Amino acid sequence: MTVAARALASVAGVSFAYRLPDGGRREVLRDVSLELGPGELVGLLGPNGSGKTTLLRLLTGQLEPDAGSVAFDGRPVAEWRRDALARRVAVLPQQLDLPAGFRVAELVEMGRAPHARSLFGSTAEDERAVRQALVDADALELADRHADELSGGERQRVIVAMALAQEPELLLLDEPTLHLDLAHQVALLRTIRRLRGQRSLTVLAVLHDINLAAAFAPRVVVLAGGGVAADGPAAEVLTPALVNRVFGVSVRALDAGDGGRHLALDLGSG
Amino acid sequence: MRAAVSQPLAGAEPRLVGGPSLTRTTLVLGAGVVVLAAAVVAALAIGSVGVAPGDTLAILARRLLGLPLAETWQATAETIVFELRLPRVLTAALVGGGLAMSGAVFQALLRNPLADPYIIGTAAGASLGAVLGIVGPTLVPGLAIGLGSAWLGLGLIQVLAFVGGLATVLLVYAVARTGGRTPVVTLLLTGYAVSAVLAAVVALLMFQSGRALAAVYSWLMGSLADASWAELGFALPLLVLAFALLLARWRRLNLLLLGDAQAATLGVDVEREKLRLTMLATLATSAVVAISGTIGFVGLVVPHLLRLVAGPDHRLLLPASLLFGAALLVLADLGARLVGGVPVGIVTALIGAPFFLYLLRRARVAVAT
Repeated sequence: MTVAARALASVAGVSFAYRLPDGGRREVLRDVSLELGPGELVGLLGPNGSGKTTLLRLLTGQLEPDAGSVAFDGRPVAEWRRDALARRVAVLPQQLDLPAGFRVAELVEMGRAPHARSLFGSTAEDERAVRQALVDADALELADRHADELSGGERQRVIVAMALAQEPELLLLDEPTLHLDLAHQVALLRTIRRLRGQRSLTVLAVLHDINLAAAFAPRVVVLAGGGVAADGPAAEVLTPALVNRVFGVSVRALDAGDGGRHLALDLGSG
Repeated sequence: MRAAVSQPLAGAEPRLVGGPSLTRTTLVLGAGVVVLAAAVVAALAIGSVGVAPGDTLAILARRLLGLPLAETWQATAETIVFELRLPRVLTAALVGGGLAMSGAVFQALLRNPLADPYIIGTAAGASLGAVLGIVGPTLVPGLAIGLGSAWLGLGLIQVLAFVGGLATVLLVYAVARTGGRTPVVTLLLTGYAVSAVLAAVVALLMFQSGRALAAVYSWLMGSLADASWAELGFALPLLVLAFALLLARWRRLNLLLLGDAQAATLGVDVEREKLRLTMLATLATSAVVAISGTIGFVGLVVPHLLRLVAGPDHRLLLPASLLFGAALLVLADLGARLVGGVPVGIVTALIGAPFFLYLLRRARVAVAT
C-alpha cells in the first residue's frame, strides 16, 4: 500500500503495560505499529483485553508508551499541549453520563472548551460551530431539551455533536455502538461515514461486531495477543481462519449476495 | 441605499451558546444581592436591643461612607450596630459564602451530590488544630505564650485550625495518590479514614479537656460569638482570592462533570486541575472554618438548592452560592442569637439535616430507577 500523504497519526513500535497495585505489570501492547492517513476510515477489532481502548488512550495522550512512539501530525503526542491536541483530536466514548441540569446546546458547547478564547462568554465562532455540530449530528431539534429527557439514541446523537463541536481532524470512537440497539448502531455508523465525507475527518473506530466493522470500514486492524494480527481491506483480512485464530470461535463465511461476505457464528451442536 | 447585500438573518435564530441567559443571571444574582442586603440589615437591627432599620442604615452610611447624617439615635445604638453586631454579621456572611462556594466546587470535583467542603478532611484537621489550641494551654502551661497569640491579630486557635485544615487535605491527597493518579473514590475513602483517626484524637483530647470542654464543644458546633475585625481581615482576602481563581476555572469545573476521561479528551489536564481546585476550595474552607468552627450543612445544602434554580453552570453557580450561602448563615446566626446565643451550627443543622435526608431519599430513588 502506498501512503500518498504523511500519516496524520502514527504508532511506531509501541509497547505498553499497566502497572498493577501489587507492583506487577500487565503488558497489553507489544511492538505495535500503525499509521492513519488523512481521511482514512479504519475499524479496530480484537478480543477483550487486546489493547484497543489502550491504543486510543495512547493516541490522546492519556497514557504514555513504555517503548516506541505515538505521534500526531508528525509530533510526539506527549509534546502536544492538551488543549492544542483537543482542538484536533476528539473521542466518542463508550459511555458518557451526561450531567443533569444542562441543556443539550450547553453540553455541545462544552466541546468548544479547547477553542475557548473568552473568559466568561462565547464567540460567534462558537455559535456557528455548535449549530453546525447539532445539524450534522441530526440533533438540532434537541438543542433546548435537558439531558435527562433524552432516549438512548438521542443521547448518542448529542454525544456525537459534542465531539463535532471540537471540530477535530481525527475522531476516535471507543465502541460507540455498545449500548445501542441494531437500528441505532446502523444509524450512528451511517452518520459517522457521512460526516467523514462532509468534514474530511479521519476516523479510527473500535468496534466489536465483525460484520458491522466489515460493512463500515474499508480498512480494518485486528489486535490480538499484544500485537497487530491483521491490517488491511476488510474483505481480505476478515477470514474465518483469522477469526478462529484471534477470537477462538468457529465461524463460517456466507455469501452476502452483493459480492461481499458475512461471517456467521457456528455454535456447534454439542 | 440599495446595496444588494443580502443581510444574513442575524438574530433570527435564538443563540445556542453562552450559558445561562442574561435574564436568568440577572435574576439569580440580583435576588442574591437583595436577600443578602436584607438579611444583613435585619441581623444588625434585631437583637436584645432593637434598632430601627432606618437608623441601622443611617449608622452604616455614616460610619462606612462618611455621610454627614444627623444622629437621630442614641450613642449606644451606634456602638451596638457598628462595634458589636457588624463584625459578627459580616463574619457570618463571609463564612456562609465561603462554605457554600467550596461545597459547590467539591460536589463537582468529586461528582458526589453528598459532598460538602469538609469531606476530604478539612473539618477533622481544623478541629484537631483548634482543640489543640483550646486544650493545649490547659495541659501544658505556657504554651499559649510560647507559640505567641498574635499572628495577624489571630489567636492560637484560629492559626492552628487554619493550618490543620490545609495540612490534612495535603496529607489525604498525598496518601490517595497512586501511580500519578488520584481517583475520586480513593480520595473520598482516604479522606474518611484520615478524618476518623483525627476525630479519635479530638475525642481523646476532649476527654482530657476538663474545664475547657464547653469551649471545645462550642467550637466544634461552630460559633460566631467571638467574631472580630482582626479575624475578618484575615479571612476576607483569602476568600476573595480563592473565589476569583475558582470562578476563572468555571469551564474546567463544568467539564469535570463529564468525568475524568472525557474532560481529558476536551483538553483538561485532569490530575493537575483536580489538585488545584481541591487546594483552592480547601484554602477558602480552612480560612472560614478557622474563624467560625465547623458549621455544618451550609456547604451541602446551598449549592444543591441553587442548582435547582440557577442550573449547574459554575459561571453562575459559584457567585450565586457565595451570595445565598452568605445570606443563609447571616439569618441562621440571627436565629441563634434570638434563641439565647446557641452555637449557630445547631441552627444550620436543624434546617440542613432534614434537607439532607430529603436529598438522600431523592438520590436513592434515582439509583433505583
